Amino acid sequence: MKASGKVTIVAGLLLLGSLAGSVVLLRKIDRMRSHASLEEVLYISSPKALKRLSLGYDGLLADIYWTRAVQYFGATHSQGSEHYELLAPLLEITTTLDPHLLVAYEYGANFMAAKRPNGAGQPEEAAKLVERGIESNPHEWRLYYNLGFIYYMELKDYPKAAAAFSQGSQVSNAHPFLKVLAAQMAQHAGDAEMARMLWTTTYESTQDHMIRANALAHLRALRVDQDITAMEERIEMYQKRTGKLPESFADLIQSGLLPGVPLDPLGHAYKLMDDGRVEVRTPDDLPFIEKGKPLGYVPPKVPKFLPSD
Amino acid sequence: MNRRVLHIARNTFREAVRDRVLYNLIAFALLMSGAAILVGQISIDIERLVVINLGLTAVSLFGVVIAIFIGIGLVSKEIDRRTLYTILTRPVRRWEFITGKFFGLAGTLLVNTLCMAVGVFAALLYVSHRFQRADGWVLVALYFIVLQFLIITALALLFSAFSTPLMSAVFAFALFVVGCFSEDLRGFAAMAHGAEKWLATAAAYVIPNFSALNVITSVAHGQPVSGQLVLYNTIYALIYVLMALSGAVLIFERRNLK
Repeated sequence: MKASGKVTIVAGLLLLGSLAGSVVLLRKIDRMRSHASLEEVLYISSPKALKRLSLGYDGLLADIYWTRAVQYFGATHSQGSEHYELLAPLLEITTTLDPHLLVAYEYGANFMAAKRPNGAGQPEEAAKLVERGIESNPHEWRLYYNLGFIYYMELKDYPKAAAAFSQGSQVSNAHPFLKVLAAQMAQHAGDAEMARMLWTTTYESTQDHMIRANALAHLRALRVDQDITAMEERIEMYQKRTGKLPESFADLIQSGLLPGVPLDPLGHAYKLMDDGRVEVRTPDDLPFIEKGKPLGYVPPKVPKFLPSD
Repeated sequence: MNRRVLHIARNTFREAVRDRVLYNLIAFALLMSGAAILVGQISIDIERLVVINLGLTAVSLFGVVIAIFIGIGLVSKEIDRRTLYTILTRPVRRWEFITGKFFGLAGTLLVNTLCMAVGVFAALLYVSHRFQRADGWVLVALYFIVLQFLIITALALLFSAFSTPLMSAVFAFALFVVGCFSEDLRGFAAMAHGAEKWLATAAAYVIPNFSALNVITSVAHGQPVSGQLVLYNTIYALIYVLMALSGAVLIFERRNLK
């Protein structure tokens, strides 16, 4: 074999070997520095300074920061951690760099507002973020909807929620349901029916599968809470009539208080316990339920969404 | 080291010095002394931070510019001057020529960085009046910067083995910029799906990882750098250099120089 042929073979083998080696090492380095790219948020606390430093490439930098925010939230959420300290600064930097990046307001507020473990549990920060978004994008009805949603669901501030829906309904091209929501708010603030309307609007007005899955899970939870409240009323009626608790749903059916064995939204029969409580059979599949949880039940750190969602 | 490689490396170093590459040290010295004197007058309590940030950033940028602009001419210049033919008619193999050129430029950059490091520490001493324990981490940051230079030099050589100097400079500079965001790039790849995921992942792993080699901000804040990161970064840089040089040798071996 010629000398140059040998060199080619050796160089080729070295090239492939070092490529494989570099990939292995990069994976090790990445594992060590999982949040390294976020560390600069701790050092550059002023989004305005960062905007100046971006030398006009603020749009690209905003996209990078938005991706970092998504990754940070995703990694923190999947670890079941309760610490989301960098989320608000990351979103502030993103939206200062590009005040028209609507996705950062909508999804960012979603990440921040939801209660832990589903979100960061920072509804006030979420509301501030969306209010800044409205200031920069006053013609985006979805931002008013998001703001109203946060005030209603997380902060329970019904007058502010009504105001947000009402302002949003005046924006051209606004979803017609905003007017209905604003009108219903006065009469039904705090009702499960109002919550159902909001989650239904969320489900119907987005194409994002994560948001739809979340909305669907909340709608299921609302139905379970409503079912169990109704069953508890009937159990109480039975007890008043007979002086004892029903032993099974059959007792309630025989006494005409229930038309049949009740099923939860996933098609599983509810369980009637000896102490008269009603429980669901698969609480892990029904995140966000307030009622029907087994005694001492500890929910998973990360809420489970069903594959069918 | 092979004697012929050593000769080529020594000549490359001499040539770089003759080309007044080390003149950048004058600009660097002016920048550092100016910063050290001015920063105390225009800001409060961040003198040390500014000197480290500015000093290390300048070391990095000056070195990157030298590595790219000297590196891209290492092969083409020898072809233009027709000195390459003289070299290759002697018992010098093509791979020895490439390796020698790499070591010559790497040596130039190392000497340049050492001089600039002295400048950074002198400015640090001027503003702080004494060295602190945390200043030791500045040495680690400088070491990472040298590793960065080795990778860029190897890449510049790789591009100069098959492309024009202008295009080589563009490729090398573009890879440097993209490499500074390589961790974000791998983040994008992780979020993609299907074929895009595979493509993005492949690209993200081939591009040099300069993000992990940049610890300037954290050492400026006195944060320690883990020994494990020093070890991994060292091995990674050496492997990447080997990969780029192997590519350069592969191309140069097959290049028709007639």
